[in-house]
Amino acid sequence: MSRSRARLRVRRPWRLLAEATALLVAAVVAFPLYWMVLSAFKPEGEIQSTHPRPWTTSPSLDSFRRVFQQEDFGRYFLNSLFVAVVVVVASALIAFLAATAVTRFRFRFRTTLLIMFLVAQMVPIEALTIPMFFLMRDLGESVPGIGLNTLGSLIVPHIAFSLPFAIWMLRGFVKAVPESLEEAAHLDGASRSRFLWQILFPLVFPGLVATSVFSFISAWNDFLFAKSFIISATENSTLPMALLVFFKDEGNDWGGIMAGSTVMTLPVLVFFVLVQRRLVSGLGGAVKD
Amino acid sequence: MSPGTTTKHGRPRAAAPAHRRGPGGGGATGARRRRAWTPWFYLAPALVVLAGLLVYPIYQLGLISFLEYTQAQVSGGEPTTFQGFANYSQLFGDSQFWEVTTATLVFAAVCVVSTLAVGCALAVLLTRVRALPRLALMLAALGAWATPGITGSTVWVFLFDPDYGPVNKALVWLGLSGFEDYSWTYDRYSAFALVLLEVVWCSFPFVMVTVYAGIKAIPEEVLEAASLDGASHWRTWRSVMAPMLRPILIVVTIQSIIWDFKIFTQIYVMTDGGGIAGQNLTLNVYAYQKAFASSQYSLGSAIGVVMLLILLVVTLVYLRLLRRQGEEL
Repeated sequence: MSRSRARLRVRRPWRLLAEATALLVAAVVAFPLYWMVLSAFKPEGEIQSTHPRPWTTSPSLDSFRRVFQQEDFGRYFLNSLFVAVVVVVASALIAFLAATAVTRFRFRFRTTLLIMFLVAQMVPIEALTIPMFFLMRDLGESVPGIGLNTLGSLIVPHIAFSLPFAIWMLRGFVKAVPESLEEAAHLDGASRSRFLWQILFPLVFPGLVATSVFSFISAWNDFLFAKSFIISATENSTLPMALLVFFKDEGNDWGGIMAGSTVMTLPVLVFFVLVQRRLVSGLGGAVKD
Repeated sequence: MSPGTTTKHGRPRAAAPAHRRGPGGGGATGARRRRAWTPWFYLAPALVVLAGLLVYPIYQLGLISFLEYTQAQVSGGEPTTFQGFANYSQLFGDSQFWEVTTATLVFAAVCVVSTLAVGCALAVLLTRVRALPRLALMLAALGAWATPGITGSTVWVFLFDPDYGPVNKALVWLGLSGFEDYSWTYDRYSAFALVLLEVVWCSFPFVMVTVYAGIKAIPEEVLEAASLDGASHWRTWRSVMAPMLRPILIVVTIQSIIWDFKIFTQIYVMTDGGGIAGQNLTLNVYAYQKAFASSQYSLGSAIGVVMLLILLVVTLVYLRLLRRQGEEL
């Protein structure tokens, strides 16, 4: 007892130093976000000032007004949200089934498949923009819903690209459900699909949520496909494009950019904070299993 | 891979007792056959999507890289012609390609090392502090993590803006008068440094959170036993913690390599499409510019193939490491 207390006393200044460092780092890390929100609320004159101050005495909503009054901004927002939600739901369901297959069954090519899912994560999706562009163009001729200039052309590739990581990460969660549960369900006469959807699915759901963060972000943040596939149909543009409007040759409208960035960051931030705990344990599980 | 985890006959390991109906049971083989197909039913949607939207495009990418494919072929004005390795030899003969490749490799390496160093150091720091500072750092990190690449990039550009940015002002205030109106994106290296800062800012949280979770998962008794045995801090880290964290460190390293090698949005937004005269191009942006800005689709595809091959090597190294650890897939 006395020994551990002695050790505590020795370590105390170190802990205070560590805590001061942690708070300082937290402040530095949070500063860009603080500056973004601050600049969004600053009145025009203060942003384009050569003496930027880290506070504002007269917050204004002008920049936000410019963002929202921009033609179709609400539409861009809804487009982004729609794309992200469809991607999240579809890839979660598909990944759940696939993760169940590779963790609860032993079959030929199982290891091969797992390695393929791993390799698939490495594929630089930007490099695939070129063939993807032609694929979408050709698909659009037979299936109008997913051709170029449609939201489908943003949804479908993102489902494909978020799947490998989602499957990889979900494995840990599916594995964590004891197999005796499946046996018990069987003995009680539950069919395979009943077990899958009414027992396994709710148990794995927290993991699905954690996995969804990554699909959500990749779809929500997408900039390249939105830029390359939505060429003429501006009504199908997504948020990143709305942001680029404020970059002008004669000088960027920083107020508008910062307000737009704030609007774009907020949903992801909310999502993150909500699933934060599951995310941490989920990563632990995915990495350790 | 540890022995005995995979049966070589494709027999499901989790066979429920209800299925074992004894040797002559008529339904047994039928049920088993049905069961053998079940995983493939579950896998079908994923495989269809991946085959159509990942494998097929990769095949196409490889194909286009061997063709002459410019605007004329896209619009159907001219037939596509097979070029063999002509695109590749044109690419490899271009000094800009080698410059961009070197820049990509060096830049990715610096990003990976910085991200890992910052992330691991902060993860250790998190274990040494009480709840409140820990929460503050966690929340700040989550904020940086959640920030979309494009908004993160614009915010950092704004922070370092020569006219209105607070960073230059702060540096001048600190006595570094050289930063008065200093344009970070004008010089090649300072532009890369700016992108590096943003990349580390938005990717260290993943490393920090994961490694922190890993450290927390080490049982308290193990560390206690080590300290009772008189092990020093360094010794505990080297002989107890590092080996236990190894799998996690491998995962975060590989993920960082994959992400940092493929950086696109940051370079594209912060250096305005690859910097002045392409001084900040990385392979990804280079391929995109070749294909979509100058309509040289086949050259762009060839660059894409080169990227794929480099990442494939990384993957193989990763698999070897996993296997040497005896990790089960």
